[in-house]
Amino acid sequence: MLEIQNLSVDVGGKRILNDLNLHIGDGEVHVLFGANGSGKTTLFMTILGFPDYRVVEGRIYFRGIDITGLDTTERVRLGMGVSFQHPPEIRGVKLREVVGLLLARSGGGDPLPLARRLNLSEEFLERDLNLGFSGGEVKRSEILQLLAQNPEFYMFDEPDSGVDVENVELIGRVMSEMLERDKRPSERRKSALIITHIGYILNYIKADRAHVMLDGRIACSGMPDEIYNHILKEGFEECVRRCGGDRCEG
Amino acid sequence: MRGEEEIKIESFDLEGGEHDPISGLDELSEYEKELLAAGIDPQERERSGSFLQQDHSVVLARSLLPGLEVMGIDDALRRYPWLEDYSWKLIPRDRDRFTREVAERPTHGYFIRAERDARITLPLQSCLFISKDKIRQNVHNIIIAEENSELHIITGCTVSHRVSSALHLGISEFYVKPGAKITFTMVHNWAGGVDVRPRSAVRVEDHGTFISNYIVMTPVRSLQMYPTAYCVGRGSVATFQSIVYASSNSNIDMGSRIVFKGRESRGDIVSRVIATDQARVIAKGDLVGEADDVKGHLECRGLMLSDTSIIESVPELKARRRNIDLSHEAAVGKIAEEEIRYLMARGFTEDEAIGMIIRGFLSLEIKGLPEGLARETKRMFDMTLEKVM
Repeated sequence: MLEIQNLSVDVGGKRILNDLNLHIGDGEVHVLFGANGSGKTTLFMTILGFPDYRVVEGRIYFRGIDITGLDTTERVRLGMGVSFQHPPEIRGVKLREVVGLLLARSGGGDPLPLARRLNLSEEFLERDLNLGFSGGEVKRSEILQLLAQNPEFYMFDEPDSGVDVENVELIGRVMSEMLERDKRPSERRKSALIITHIGYILNYIKADRAHVMLDGRIACSGMPDEIYNHILKEGFEECVRRCGGDRCEG
Repeated sequence: MRGEEEIKIESFDLEGGEHDPISGLDELSEYEKELLAAGIDPQERERSGSFLQQDHSVVLARSLLPGLEVMGIDDALRRYPWLEDYSWKLIPRDRDRFTREVAERPTHGYFIRAERDARITLPLQSCLFISKDKIRQNVHNIIIAEENSELHIITGCTVSHRVSSALHLGISEFYVKPGAKITFTMVHNWAGGVDVRPRSAVRVEDHGTFISNYIVMTPVRSLQMYPTAYCVGRGSVATFQSIVYASSNSNIDMGSRIVFKGRESRGDIVSRVIATDQARVIAKGDLVGEADDVKGHLECRGLMLSDTSIIESVPELKARRRNIDLSHEAAVGKIAEEEIRYLMARGFTEDEAIGMIIRGFLSLEIKGLPEGLARETKRMFDMTLEKVM
């Protein structure tokens, strides 16, 4: 699904990603851990092709296509979607309008039943995008847009931060359905990369693989539970050190 | 602003704009597009009445519902001697050279009145139409909503595509009696060679409501106006909402003022201004608190789409009592890059994203209108926006 080779990225003249490699196969869900400032969100923005994120070296392949030179719209239309951590407020643009347009692109449909799955009301759909949304509402609105978009590859940037327990459970359940986790591994087609700080979401969604980012690189990869437990016990750096800066197979 | 002295009133014709009366708007089919753009329905569907002035002639004035009167102002002044008590009472004849011009050389205008307790929920459509080149239109309008009545007016000022230059002067005096309500939705569909000077004032009595929705999206050579609502009654309410899309060389100086003279009166002034090309816009707002327990809010947002356009936002608050609550917020900026990227990350193209943001920016909740009229105003707004973008 996604293949990143030797990726180095500058933002505002400063190197943020440094020779990063990552492979996510079809039907796989990967988790990305890392301290603040380690480059997790930068990786997402680079995969999306945002212009401030300048690729100075390396390639990104998506579904077999080299997307390194494509603009954001082209990349997204190849089948990727993202749930932002801090989406901007857009006055006057209604959530219903955006969801409706996304549904229309994939053949039409009614936004309301999708909203209901996320416990969002009809009135909520009439609100301006992200304007005055609570933490939980932001996340659910992001996931709602992904439901309507129905991409092949999902990126979730901290879907569980600033969200109460009940909503994390709801979000986790819907994500799990979106990612076909109820199917057998060989039948799953949807892939995902999930950034999580606190790991709550992992209680509700079974990931296949986890990575720890440090200083703009994937410093260590392994089984999600193992890595998560290491981090909880010893912190990011110690976790990386223990797995020898490379693999941390559990 | 195109200098006031630059407008030579006498260079525009006062004659040559006479037309015969018509029996239905369909007789003006050659101008259908212009009329539709100003919100006029030629079939008068879902309308309580129509008024149409073409150049210097009132060609149609009729009410379709009991309790509603629609006629030319001259007929009305002849028929009702008491109307003198309303004529030039909110706006002094000698306020400026444009008011003096209309006082001295009027070319009609409308009289609209809702009788006591008449709740006219269907809108009345009025149109001041310029079809002859190089004329001046000096109209004087008086609108009265008697006690406990309700009146919704959709008014379009429009100009034929054949007109290269013209001058429109419009005096409008609104009287909202106790418990009455007037909504006034005005669409200006001018052209790049037209100079426009509306002069409007509103008097709102006890628990009366006045709501103005103003939309201008097509270029205009120069437009200057500063309508004022005087909330004289206890608990009276006034709202001005303006949506402005200023393009090409448009020169727009517009503001709204609410003077709170009645105890517990309240009001809002809200504007959304987009400036592009070489357009210049001054967006003013003025809230004057002269009575106890009044509450007013002013909100002015501007969006710049070019480096050669100008928006000046001038909010003013004047408090003359201790016990009042007046506030304002003003913001001018460009479209946030972050918003465009966000929508592109949903698969919209850059142009689609910008279009959505601009539409969203301009889409004010149009308050106080009956559902049908709100829907139609929205449709008209969308149509105009499609055209200009």
